[in-house]
Amino acid sequence: MKNKDIMSPETANRSSESDTTGLNFKETELTLGLPGDSRAPTDTGGKTNTKRGYSETIDLNFESSSVEPRGRDCDNGESETEVSGAGKPPVAKAQVVGWPPVRSVRKNALKSCTYVKVAVDGAPYLRKVDLEKYTSYKQLLSSLEEMFSFFTIRKYLHENELVGPLNGVEYVPTYEDKDGDWLLVGDVPWKMFVESCKRLRLRKGSEAIGLGTAYVFPKQQKDCIKSTMDESKENFSQMQFT
Amino acid sequence: MNYFPEEVLEPVFDFLSSNRDRNAVSLVCKSWFRVDRWSRQRVFIGNCYAVRPERLIARFPRVRALILKGKPHFADFNLVPHDWGGFFYPWIEAMAKSYSGLEELRLKRMVVSDESLELLSRSFPNFKSLVLVSCEGFSTDGLAAIAANCRLLRELDLQENEVEDHRGQWLSCFPDSCTSLISLNFACLKGEVNLVALERLVARCPNLRSLRLNRTVPLDMLQKILLRAPQLEDLGTGSYVKDPNSEPYIKLVNTVLNCKSVRSLSGFLEVSPHCLPAIYPMCLNLTSLNLSYASGIRDTDLIKLIHHCWKLQRLWILDFIGDEGLEVVASTCKELQELRVFPSDLYGVGNAAVTEEGLVAISKGCLKLHSLLYFCQQMTNAALITVAKNCPNFTLFRLCILDPTRADHLTLQPLDEGFGAIVQSCKGLRRLSLSGLLTDQVFHYIGMYAEQLEMLSIAFAGEGDKGMLYVLNGCKNLRKLEIRDCPFGDAALLMDVGKYETMRSLWMSACEVTLGGCKVLAKKMPMLNVEIINEKDQMEENLDDSLKVEKMYLYRTLDGPRRDAPDFVWNL
Repeated sequence: MKNKDIMSPETANRSSESDTTGLNFKETELTLGLPGDSRAPTDTGGKTNTKRGYSETIDLNFESSSVEPRGRDCDNGESETEVSGAGKPPVAKAQVVGWPPVRSVRKNALKSCTYVKVAVDGAPYLRKVDLEKYTSYKQLLSSLEEMFSFFTIRKYLHENELVGPLNGVEYVPTYEDKDGDWLLVGDVPWKMFVESCKRLRLRKGSEAIGLGTAYVFPKQQKDCIKSTMDESKENFSQMQFT
Repeated sequence: MNYFPEEVLEPVFDFLSSNRDRNAVSLVCKSWFRVDRWSRQRVFIGNCYAVRPERLIARFPRVRALILKGKPHFADFNLVPHDWGGFFYPWIEAMAKSYSGLEELRLKRMVVSDESLELLSRSFPNFKSLVLVSCEGFSTDGLAAIAANCRLLRELDLQENEVEDHRGQWLSCFPDSCTSLISLNFACLKGEVNLVALERLVARCPNLRSLRLNRTVPLDMLQKILLRAPQLEDLGTGSYVKDPNSEPYIKLVNTVLNCKSVRSLSGFLEVSPHCLPAIYPMCLNLTSLNLSYASGIRDTDLIKLIHHCWKLQRLWILDFIGDEGLEVVASTCKELQELRVFPSDLYGVGNAAVTEEGLVAISKGCLKLHSLLYFCQQMTNAALITVAKNCPNFTLFRLCILDPTRADHLTLQPLDEGFGAIVQSCKGLRRLSLSGLLTDQVFHYIGMYAEQLEMLSIAFAGEGDKGMLYVLNGCKNLRKLEIRDCPFGDAALLMDVGKYETMRSLWMSACEVTLGGCKVLAKKMPMLNVEIINEKDQMEENLDDSLKVEKMYLYRTLDGPRRDAPDFVWNL
């Protein structure tokens, strides 16, 4: 159960991206009883917060939607999120503003590691994705396809699938790891990939030959090179691995 | 003493290094006031709105070192809106106009513009030291001006600031003639720096003792820098990532052996744990270790590292160290004086993290401990009582239970007795932060026992006005009180209005204090600025006095309401 996915109301709806389908939010709801709420001044010191029993405190979870300063029109801190800084992840509605008391600088330093840049050969600007939002390569690649919808991405090799090209150009997903090396996406288990991936680059099929991909021409050029295809057939077959 | 000529008094006063002593001395008689006034070089202003810059200059015309603090502490946790204030420009403008002797500046939680940095760099030929902590509003352009124009610069120390990175060549702006740097800390910058310029700078500054790099500086450069500066005492690594079989790493291993002076280590924002053995030789002499940003060092790698650090006096760490890791700290770091354990999992359910057991272990092993910041999942009264008994020397005790109203998890009682034990045992306690389920009883204890307490932070605690009153009546040395989400109202606020003149400031947010109550206070105490922060769109001028105030910040001041308050800040 990835709690970070659960936190956001947005990801809760995108069931394809997280395993939240079996989760009942109500069960894990934590009700923070704030002072002035249900405390009787004359009651004994113990358990003045009658809203919470011991069993409820076990599942510590800040996703409660009932955290509210007493009797006030409070927007539950939606506009004042605790997380500031660029590329902030979606913040749960119910979080208490400013709690725990940790500086944004610190929070960002801990959080930012999962956002990676995505570069595409030929595209004028880069995008950023949060790897923690996905649970598999398939999800990541479909999301990237959506993001850069004007082309298609070749699925990682061992699935041996080719997506039907839109404009005929295929891209190979590669990534830079913590050691600075460029690798083909898909070889290592997903979690290991998330931890080691520093940035993504979608390379044009022609440039990724060394990584063992098929060589596909853009559609427009297919006709004019058709005649030369037969001649170079042997050359091409030599370039294909597996 | 009346017959002592002032020239004699002046060198005598020089021996008084503490500002409080000098303040006391200046009250003795007019002559002493005068001598102090003309000879005072170091001034500390804890709230930049307590005085206007002109008054500072009028009173201390020869000040050389100034410390200024701006926004209230809770601004760190996003409780203060962005444009609230704390602008540095008026200060530097005033100082630049009147005299040119400023040499040192230390600013905390202030808004510092590039313009002000430029003005600073051009107006003070002897300027030596700039320390900016938790500031914002400037970019690397401002830093370039400092680098280029401050010919005698010794220290540029940027701690946890929000700096706009223009990817300029600010580091290259240090002229070749600059050889005086002793301390350079740019760890909080996000952008790349010119590595060649960095290496050259390090090479030509033989007195460089402290260097903290940012995460864009690769490991190969770290090695080159250490080669040039084996005299370093304080090191902050950049990106500490490499294949341990690579040549740069092997070089680093050898270079480190020559760096025998490093006593303080930090950084590791990016880290390959396999490369940690290179710094083990440094660990043996470390007195200060900050791994609070090193989310990549965990479990056995972390424990192995700690095992080498037996001279540690200060340790900042993330809570993945766990209770077991803290036991290792307790048995290894017998000289430990300051411990900070920060939370790593801010959004989800705690994955083990640390509990009261880790804290108890520390208290048993680290008898010299006097400063603590501890974020944990749970706490018990018994643990706090044990800690209080083992460590009576706390001067700073800040406990943050991630669920702010959590009771003692074993007895389900409030944590009053635990904190009560702390304040009773630690007679020198100056700063305290509370959390967990707490009733008025804890404030009763605080008022009764915490005689030296100067700063108190309260959140989600108490039952009524009595709680706040215990504190205001009991803590004679209280300077800063910050309260959020507590049921304290007008009765508590108004009981002893004179008290606030003895304090620097009071913050109350999401409490029971009303607009009417604040108005009464403001009227009674003209020497206070009572500011209401009201962010919602309130178009009506005449709001109901019974309206509860969202955020109130009051502070004593010599110069009346500030003139730079934004729309949402009302001075009553």
